[in-house]
Amino acid sequence: MLLFAANRVVRALLVILFATFLVVALLSIAPGSLAVTLLGDAATPDAIADLEARLGLDEPLWEQYSSWLGDAVTGDLGTSLRTRQDVLDAVVERLPVTLELALLALVIALLVAVPMALLAANRPGSLVDRVSTFLASVGLALPAFVVAPVLVYFLSLKAGLFPVAGWERIGDGLGDNLHHALLPAIGVAIPEIAAFQRLLRTDLDSTLHEDFISAARARGMPSGYVLWRHALRPSSFSLVTLAGISFGRLLGGTVIVEAVFSLPGLGSLIAGSISARDVIMVQGAVAFIVVAYVVLNTLVDIGYGFLDPRVRREAVR
Amino acid sequence: MTVVDPGVGSPLQPADDPGPRLPAVRAHRSWLVALSAGWLALVVLAAVLAPVLPLTDYGQVAGPPRGKPELSLDGLLGYDVLGRSMLSRIVSGAQASLLVGVVSGLIAFVVGSFLGLLAGFLRGVVDTVISFVTDTLLAFPPLVMLLALASVLRPSIGTLIVSLSLLMTPTFARLARANTMRWASREFVMAATNMGAGLPRLMGREVLPNVLPSVAAYLPVVIAALIVAEGSLSFLGLGVPAPTPSWGGMINDGQDLISRFPNLVFVPAATILLTVLALNIVGDRLRVRFGERTR
Repeated sequence: MLLFAANRVVRALLVILFATFLVVALLSIAPGSLAVTLLGDAATPDAIADLEARLGLDEPLWEQYSSWLGDAVTGDLGTSLRTRQDVLDAVVERLPVTLELALLALVIALLVAVPMALLAANRPGSLVDRVSTFLASVGLALPAFVVAPVLVYFLSLKAGLFPVAGWERIGDGLGDNLHHALLPAIGVAIPEIAAFQRLLRTDLDSTLHEDFISAARARGMPSGYVLWRHALRPSSFSLVTLAGISFGRLLGGTVIVEAVFSLPGLGSLIAGSISARDVIMVQGAVAFIVVAYVVLNTLVDIGYGFLDPRVRREAVR
Repeated sequence: MTVVDPGVGSPLQPADDPGPRLPAVRAHRSWLVALSAGWLALVVLAAVLAPVLPLTDYGQVAGPPRGKPELSLDGLLGYDVLGRSMLSRIVSGAQASLLVGVVSGLIAFVVGSFLGLLAGFLRGVVDTVISFVTDTLLAFPPLVMLLALASVLRPSIGTLIVSLSLLMTPTFARLARANTMRWASREFVMAATNMGAGLPRLMGREVLPNVLPSVAAYLPVVIAALIVAEGSLSFLGLGVPAPTPSWGGMINDGQDLISRFPNLVFVPAATILLTVLALNIVGDRLRVRFGERTR
């Protein structure tokens, strides 16, 4: 187990090093001069040289990265080109909104997807199964930028159930906070519901063909009980993995929803910084998300190996 | 198919357990697949025939601003904020979305399959390097990677295609690598090796033809994902640049007026939903048919 965990941690570190190198290198490998792209074609040569010096683009790539990495491990991701704000401060300030959105979306997705999959797997091929599976296909085809405006139209503007936009911090009252967070979270959750339903439905199906299920049924246990107490747990391994990976992905995947509802999260920080041509802010935020994503995935990996001995033997071999 | 003795029911299956009822599912799926293929054909046809269709140009004012749908060709889906024909913009949007989705999907497919084939067949250092690079690229959440690229690139169809192919290449490389490893240890490959076949022949003629169908079966689903990705970027104003219409951009344009003119958002939203849904349904069918055949 220790060997397996060490193996994963080393791999994660290597991936983080290379990924952050790519993030830093992005400023240099963009075709043409980045400074010209940022300042526009009308920029004077002096302004271009000045910006290049500020971005460190006049140094060789390797030195750019080593100085970036040296700063980054001490928690310095640079300062914004526009607002002069410390990048890490900005990220940490925006993080709670995105974290809450991602967590809430994950909870909603699991709460909806698990019953949907259980109902579908209970009677394969039945009407319930087909409707549930079809709904999941539709959900997969509903990206946030399609579903969020539609949700706003029906639930906020027509039914008046939720605010159209805006955010209340948890500190200012949980009720208000949830009132503002729920609709965006539903928007984020819909494609996840679909993915979870599909995965669990497939896994349940193969579990239900195992002998111990037939044995339980032969002893006359009601099918709902068999499904819930016997089949769900052994079928939910990949669901747990996927949920962990989804959570990491959602940290960078709430951009659209944050834009629709004008929420002050990480995603809107990145989108706003791109429009403001604030490459340092984008670089820092992206590096932060990538590291968080890799760390989460590694934890899920190790946790999975902890639960299922077959995985760790396979991986070390 | 399981052969069941007609006289005696299986003792382990209660009467109400229908068991694996595959034929029923397939019969139900077939009309869905047919409908999906029909819709995709319609979208592709509209995009290809756009220049000769008797529609007003997508940039030209064709009716009243924000006009309701009416019974004319231009006004069938209503008019946008400036009075341009929604139908014409949807058709041009189809051109952009399909072009970007299909071209970058194909580039990723070709490059990814090649890298995956190399890694899976040669193993060793080549495999380590290629797998490490794919793992690293997959360490970027998809939208974050696209945003990072968008922050340093000028938005254009060309840069979109580059970014989106880069996004999907690791996926194809992984698929191709896994499939190659399954086939590379088979007897006929060993036989060819013993008969003195060189690497190009082994990889190109023995392994590749078996790997390609399973990998290509993922193309529709990947193209659907790419259309979604392009839509997300265009929605944020970082995708297809302004005068050219795109479905994501149309949703963004109509968003502020959704309370009074919902069709400005609903028309492009429904178009994306149907197209992505159709691609997924057709793709699922192809995956069942061709995907992972060695299992």
